[in-house]
Amino acid sequence: MTEATNAITVSGLVKTFGRTRALDGLDLEVASGEVHGFLGPNGAGKSTAIRVLLGLLRADAGTASLLGGDPWHDAVQLHKRLAYVPGDVELWPNLSGGEAIDLLAKLRGGLDPGRRDQLIERFDLDPTKKGRTYSKGNRQKVALVAALASDADLLLLDEPTAGLDPLMEVVFQDVIGEAKQAGRTVLLSSHILAQVEKLCDRISIIRLGRIVQSGTLSDMRHLTRTTIEAETERPVTGLAELPGVHDVDAAHGTLRFSVDGRHLDGAVRRLGEFGIRSLISHPPTLEELMLRHYGDELKAMESNNGAGAAR
Amino acid sequence: MTATATRPPAVAAPRGPGHGNALAGTGTLVRFNLRRDRIRLPVWIGSLLLVTLASVSSFTSQYPEAEDRASVKETLEGPAGLAMTGPEHYLAGDYTYGAMTAHQMIGFMGIAIGIMSVLTVVRHSRTEEETGRAELLRSSVVGRHAHMTAALIVAAAANAVLGLLLAAALTGLGVDSITANGSLLYGAGSAAVGITFAAAAALTAQITPFARGAAGLGMAAVAVAYTLRAVGDVGTGAFAWLSPIGWAQRTYPYVDDRWWPLLLNVALAAAGVAAAFWLSTRRDVGAGLRPPRPGRAVAGGTLTTPLGFAVRLHRGVLTGFAAGGLLFGLMYGSILGDAEDLLAENDQLRRTVEQLGGDLVESFASVIMSLLAVVAAAYVVMATLRARSEETAGRAEPVLATGLSRARWLGGHLAVALVGGTLIMVLAGVGFGVSGAASADDTGLLGSLTLASLAYAPALWTTAGIAAVLFGWFPSASAAAWAVPAYGFFVTALGEVVDLPDWLYNLSPIGHVPQVPAADLNWAPLVVLTALGAVLIPIGLLGFRRRDLDTK
Repeated sequence: MTEATNAITVSGLVKTFGRTRALDGLDLEVASGEVHGFLGPNGAGKSTAIRVLLGLLRADAGTASLLGGDPWHDAVQLHKRLAYVPGDVELWPNLSGGEAIDLLAKLRGGLDPGRRDQLIERFDLDPTKKGRTYSKGNRQKVALVAALASDADLLLLDEPTAGLDPLMEVVFQDVIGEAKQAGRTVLLSSHILAQVEKLCDRISIIRLGRIVQSGTLSDMRHLTRTTIEAETERPVTGLAELPGVHDVDAAHGTLRFSVDGRHLDGAVRRLGEFGIRSLISHPPTLEELMLRHYGDELKAMESNNGAGAAR
Repeated sequence: MTATATRPPAVAAPRGPGHGNALAGTGTLVRFNLRRDRIRLPVWIGSLLLVTLASVSSFTSQYPEAEDRASVKETLEGPAGLAMTGPEHYLAGDYTYGAMTAHQMIGFMGIAIGIMSVLTVVRHSRTEEETGRAELLRSSVVGRHAHMTAALIVAAAANAVLGLLLAAALTGLGVDSITANGSLLYGAGSAAVGITFAAAAALTAQITPFARGAAGLGMAAVAVAYTLRAVGDVGTGAFAWLSPIGWAQRTYPYVDDRWWPLLLNVALAAAGVAAAFWLSTRRDVGAGLRPPRPGRAVAGGTLTTPLGFAVRLHRGVLTGFAAGGLLFGLMYGSILGDAEDLLAENDQLRRTVEQLGGDLVESFASVIMSLLAVVAAAYVVMATLRARSEETAGRAEPVLATGLSRARWLGGHLAVALVGGTLIMVLAGVGFGVSGAASADDTGLLGSLTLASLAYAPALWTTAGIAAVLFGWFPSASAAAWAVPAYGFFVTALGEVVDLPDWLYNLSPIGHVPQVPAADLNWAPLVVLTALGAVLIPIGLLGFRRRDLDTK
C-alpha cells in the first residue's frame, strides 16, 4: 500500500478546543477503495477528525491529505468528490426530506435521480414529510440517501446508522457493500461492532485523540490474547512459566488460560506434551479488542509504549 | 391518632383531571427557570431601572428652570415630538419632572419591557418544546400546563420586581413632582405593560412550532402596540386606546394618577393567558396549531442553487417584515394630515418651525423615516444572523460539506439581508408616501417619501456589514449586532426629546443619513456608508473562511 493510493493520509494531527485536546497527534491512513472502520469511545475525537478532513475545522498542527488535496484549502473542490453523513443530522424545518436530499446532492455537484428514487424506496423513506416531523432514524436516512445518490469517490460516515432499525441496518450494509464494489472509499465511524466486522477491510481504533491500533481484524486478533480451553491426558505443568501465558486456571478438570497471539505456538506445543484430548480456542472478538482499548488495560499499554504516552 | 393513619393509601387516591394535575411540577419549574435566568433577568431589570433613573436625573440637570421645561414642552407639541413620546395631555398643565418622566419614558420603556417579557415567556415555553427538552421533563411528574404557567409566573414576577423597584427608586429620588403615589402607578403601569406582552407571547407560542417565530410575532405585537399609540397620540386618540402601551400612558402618573386604564391591561392579559391555555389543549407537544403539511418530494429548480436556498430559508420572515414595514408606513402616513392640523392650531410652533426654515410635515416625516429604518435594520440583523443560527443548529455543517463554499453560503444569506432590508425600507417608504399623500392631500409626498426611504439603504448595508464582521470574527458575540437597531431607536427617540451631541448620532449608521425629506440630500455620508458596507462584508467573509465552524 503506497502513499499514492491512499484516499486519506493524516499524520500528527492536533486540534485543541480551549484546554481540551480533541486530537492529539492523530495518524490515519485509509487506502483507496477500502472500507475503513473508525472505532473509539464517545469523545475520543472521531467526529473532530472527520470534521478536520472536511475542512470544517482547522487543525492546529500536523498534516492531512484527502484525495490528494488539502482538506482546508481545497475544501470545495474536495467536497465535490466526497459525501458526508453527520452523526447528528439536523434538517430544515420547512423543507421536505426530498428537497433536503436534492439540495445536498445538487450542491455537491449533481445526483442520479434513478438511484435517488431507488434508495428512497430501499430505505423506506417518505420524502414528502417536513424536516421537523422526521424521527432521528428518518433524518439519518435523508442524509444517507443524499450521500449515496451521488457519485462520490469517498464517503465519510460518522455513526451513520445510530438511529436505524435492524432492517434498515441490513439495507445499509448492502448499500455500503455495493459502494465498495463500485470502488468507492469509505471511512465508517461506528459503534456497531457487527457492522464494522462485516463491512470493514481495516480498522483504526482511536482513543483520547490518538490512534491506538490500526490494521485488519485478523492482524489485531493476532496481536491480542487468545483464550484456550483444553483437556489433557495428564495434568499440565510448567505452563504458567511460559512467556505470554496468563490467567492459568485448572480448577474444574478443564484447563483454561489466555495467551498472547505470538506465543500461541509455544503454549500449544507444551500442551501437546501432555496428550491433548480436546482443544477449544477463542480468538478475541472485536468487542474484546475494543474493551481492551476502551478500558483499563489501556493504561498498561500506554506505559508499555511510553514514548507516545509522554507526549 | 397520627396524620398518616387518617390519610387514605396513596394508590387509592387517584387524582382527578383537575388543575392540580395539569399544574404538577410548576413550582419546581419556576425555581428552575429562575435559576436559568439568574443573570439574564437581573441584567434586564437593572438596565431598565438604570436607564429610567438616568433619564430622570438628566431631566433635572438639563431643565433646571420652569422656562427650560416650558421650552421642551413646546418642541414636543409637534407631531414628531408626540409620536416619539406620549399623549398631549401630559403637556396640558405645568410640564413638571414627573409629567416629563411619565410622558417620555412609558412608551419608550414599554418597548423594552415588552421585549423582555416576550423573550422570557418564549424562552421557557416554546424554546423548551422545540428543542425537545420539554418532552423530557413532561415525561416526569410535570403537568400539561406546568411549562407555560411557570414561564408566565417568572415573567410576571420579573415585571412585578421591576415595577416595585421603579416605584421605590423614583420615589427615592426625592424630586418634588415625582410623588410616591405617582411612582407606584408608574411602576404598576410598567409591570402591567410587561405582563400584557407576556400573555401575548404565551399566545404566539401556541400558534407557531418555532421559538423564533413565536418571539418574532410577540415582538411584532410590541411594535404594533407602539405604532398604534404613536398614531393615536398624533392623530385621533382612538388608536392609542387599542394599545397596551397607550393604556399605561393614559394613567397619567404624576399628572392625574388614575389607575383604571390598567384594568384594560389586566383584562387583556387574562384573556390572552386563557386563550393560550385553551389553544394549548388543542395541539400536541412540539406542534403548532396547524398540522404540518407534506412538502414536495423533489426539490424545485431554484432551491438547489445557493441563493435560491437562502431565499427559501428567509422567505417567511422576509414576507412578514415586508408586510409589517408597509403596514407601519401606511399607519404613520395616515397621520401626516393630522400633523398639519396640529401645526395650524399651534401658532407658536409654526413660527418656530418657520424660523428654522423647515416644513413641519417634512421634519415629522423624516423622524418617522428613521423609525422605519430601525425596523428595516432589525430585519437586516436578523437575516444576517440567520447564518449563525443555521451554524449553531448544526444545519450549516452538511451544506458546507458539499461543493458550496463558505463564502457563497454566507453570501446567500447576506444577499437576502441586503436586498430584503432595502425592500422593506422602500415598501415602508411607499406605504408612508401613499397614505401620507392621501391624508395630507399632497400627491408630491408619494415620490419624495419613497425616494427618502432609499436614502436609508446605505445605512442598512453598513448594518449588514457590522453583523457580518461579528459573525465572521467573533461568532459567539454576533448577537451584539442587535445593538445597531437598538441604538438607532435610542437616538431617534431621544433625539426628539433632548439635544444630543452629534457624536452620539454618528455612532449609529442610521444617524448618519441626512434627514430627508426635511434636510437636503447630502451624498457624502451615503457614499461613505455604502463604502463601509462594501468593506465590512468582505472582512466578515474573510473571517468566516478562516475560522472553525461551530458544530453541535
